[in-house]
Amino acid sequence: MRSFRMLAVAVATVIAGSGCTAPAAEGGSAGHPHDRDALRVVGPFEVHSVAPVESSGLFTRLEVAETLVSSDLEGELQPGLSPSWTDSADGREWTFDLPADATFHDGTPVTADAVAASLQAAYEESASPLAAAPVERIAAAGDAVRIELDQQYPSLPATLTHYSTAVLAPASWDGGRVTEVIGTGPYEIEDVELPARVEVTRFEDFRGEAPAIEQVSFQTVARAESRALMAVSDQADVVFGLEPAGRERVDGSDTAEMVSSLQPRSLMMKVNVEDPVLEDVRVRQALSLALDRESMADAVLREPDLAATQLFPPSLTAWNQPDLEPLEHDTEAAAALLDEAGWTAGPDGVRTKGGQPLELTLTTYPDRPELPALATAIQASLEDVGVAVRVDVTNSSEIPARHADGSLQLGLLAKHLALVTDPLPTVAETFAEEGSEWGVMEWRNDDVARAIADLEAGADEDEAEQDRATIATAAQEELPLIPVAWYRMNAAVSGHVDGFVMDPLERTWHLSQATWAS
Amino acid sequence: MGLVSGASTSRLGAVLLRRGAQGIGVAVLVATLCFLVVRQLPGDAALRIAAGRYGYDLVDAEAAAAVRSELGLDRPAWQQLADWLAALVRGDLGTSLVTSAPVREEVGYYLLGTLQLAGLALLLAVALGGVLGTLAARRPDGLVDRAVDTWVAGVRALPPFLLGLALVLLFSVHLGWLPTVGHGSSTTIVLPAATIAIGLSGLFARVTRDAVVEVQRSEHVRFARTKGLSDRVVLVRHVLRNAGVVLVPYVGVQAVVLVEGVVVVESLFGWQGLGHALVHAVFWRDVPVLQAAALVLALLVVAVNTLVDLVVLWLDPRPRGVAVGA
Repeated sequence: MRSFRMLAVAVATVIAGSGCTAPAAEGGSAGHPHDRDALRVVGPFEVHSVAPVESSGLFTRLEVAETLVSSDLEGELQPGLSPSWTDSADGREWTFDLPADATFHDGTPVTADAVAASLQAAYEESASPLAAAPVERIAAAGDAVRIELDQQYPSLPATLTHYSTAVLAPASWDGGRVTEVIGTGPYEIEDVELPARVEVTRFEDFRGEAPAIEQVSFQTVARAESRALMAVSDQADVVFGLEPAGRERVDGSDTAEMVSSLQPRSLMMKVNVEDPVLEDVRVRQALSLALDRESMADAVLREPDLAATQLFPPSLTAWNQPDLEPLEHDTEAAAALLDEAGWTAGPDGVRTKGGQPLELTLTTYPDRPELPALATAIQASLEDVGVAVRVDVTNSSEIPARHADGSLQLGLLAKHLALVTDPLPTVAETFAEEGSEWGVMEWRNDDVARAIADLEAGADEDEAEQDRATIATAAQEELPLIPVAWYRMNAAVSGHVDGFVMDPLERTWHLSQATWAS
Repeated sequence: MGLVSGASTSRLGAVLLRRGAQGIGVAVLVATLCFLVVRQLPGDAALRIAAGRYGYDLVDAEAAAAVRSELGLDRPAWQQLADWLAALVRGDLGTSLVTSAPVREEVGYYLLGTLQLAGLALLLAVALGGVLGTLAARRPDGLVDRAVDTWVAGVRALPPFLLGLALVLLFSVHLGWLPTVGHGSSTTIVLPAATIAIGLSGLFARVTRDAVVEVQRSEHVRFARTKGLSDRVVLVRHVLRNAGVVLVPYVGVQAVVLVEGVVVVESLFGWQGLGHALVHAVFWRDVPVLQAAALVLALLVVAVNTLVDLVVLWLDPRPRGVAVGA
């Protein structure tokens, strides 16, 4: 059987040959489970580009690139690349100092010009939150960077915590595009194989404390089942984004344990307040009362605690109002409100008013797998009070499109409420008087508008607290957005790693502070 | 597969040329269809592309409008298609709408991944299926034959997704021999390739068995035996070679199906291949990547078919110069 022997040789050759494409992968792959050189991070996100705004924040999470301003786990601003900053008396000129001894990973010094160029590039990207700031000019001012504004914008330092404003060396650009990530962080790029693999190594000239862990590798693994298996079989040290079954598997294993934190993200129903049915606040309140949020959170998210009691999750400590009366499940009260609004029980169980059945269309999208499941749960909940809901699972771009042409009735969506450390820019956009694609629709409230304007003008702490309460209370009473659930982010962390902490804002993974367990 | 040329190289050249022209025609047609189909998909393409670039949290109408004007998505469809075809003639596949990287580089990267995976899977499948089929054919309806039948039914019935997970559980989680997922290092290819190979091996075993049984019953094999040749020599020199004429075209067809059908396995094992590229290109409305991937796949089909023709020509022991059908 010589032919079979030759076949075996050929197979062996292909196996050996297939490794040639990426010889540097060894440290990062799971090929050496006992190799403690590299910390292996696995997550579901793919990286399409090395440009900061298109990187999904991976390079700031891996601490390769730094933003001028950083934040701690509570969302309080902290020095980032900039050790300190000041604003002028009229709040329209901000000066960010730069460290004297900082160098980029290519050895060039961090100059004010280089930083200003980086920020200018971010400002010109319309997707970056910095583009929404009223910036007039960004320029070097001696050893510092000065940002001049058209008007006050107290959220500017918070905006500069966003990954799209990360500072890169001039050599990172080639022909107007970012082609390399040459940052200032404690780790520097060793190898990048987009879209799924990034390896970084300790930057020896880092101005701050050197990280204990020398190398970190990141690998994209799209399937949650695969990620869970890697977590329990010691093929990864930090695994993000596990689904309920995977979490249970990790909880039952002795190789890794779950770490989690509540995200500033809410699942909500966007309501067209100009719709003939939904303009009546009693109908909106009835819809909210009819939702059995705890059962939904339990069945779909497997965590009854994630049932929303108000729009702002407790992780947004300044915005969450513990004294606010929580949203409850009460079908009798819901029925009474609908009766009061003139919607009476019809013969087939669907309520009617003037011969019109109470029918609504709920638009959602499958990009987050829990949304269609929640939509059908909402449909079932509302059926109990005589509201017929048609669920339309379609493309995510249909929500902005139907918002624009006014045809949307209800839209189920997931919204991140703190794109930058300070939720204010996101909240202001969500409750904009002219409406917002992923926020309110045809809903205006003078108190809320005043409160937002007051906050944007830099209200002092007492006033700000009052303003935030005004916004949260009005949203709770009038329900232009009906909160459904909150989100929790989780990771499985191997027993080999000590000191892993989870930032709810996911600005960084703080791996430079982690150590190998002894 | 009935295309066999005579011994003259000029005829071979003519065949290659015709196949090549055919391939390019089909490829351009397929790419045009892709373009038209993507335009029919629901949703605003600019918003999808913007979401692909910046992530959902950063996308709004403004970002989508910027993408639309940057990429010229508001131009008439025929103009966009004509631009693409004109660039194609110059050998330029364009740049990805999502990553802004040259499509040639991107598709080349994914094609390499798929070829490695498909190549190894095919070799493993042929080896496994060939051995099983030949063993089964030695005594038709015997114990081995029945056992192989069970194997064939079993592996055909198992969806690759389940089989892949089972292999991961055994070899990766319990035994710790191989990594669960990954792309790049030499060990990461083994499990995805084995998953595909085991699924395919059933069919190969079946076809090999039938082909071998048929050839064994043929008169020239009986003659070879009568001549006094040992069983082994008869099997290798006469039976397997003749069975190969049936098998090789079959392997060719499977190779094509394989390249296009590795999507599930690629996604399960995090292997970066064309299946992955296609799915993402559709998802993010990355038309140039989609068109280029379709183009490459169509050309690959032509290339594999041509290769099969040539191998059959070389294998077939019947006199050259006479046109025969396989």
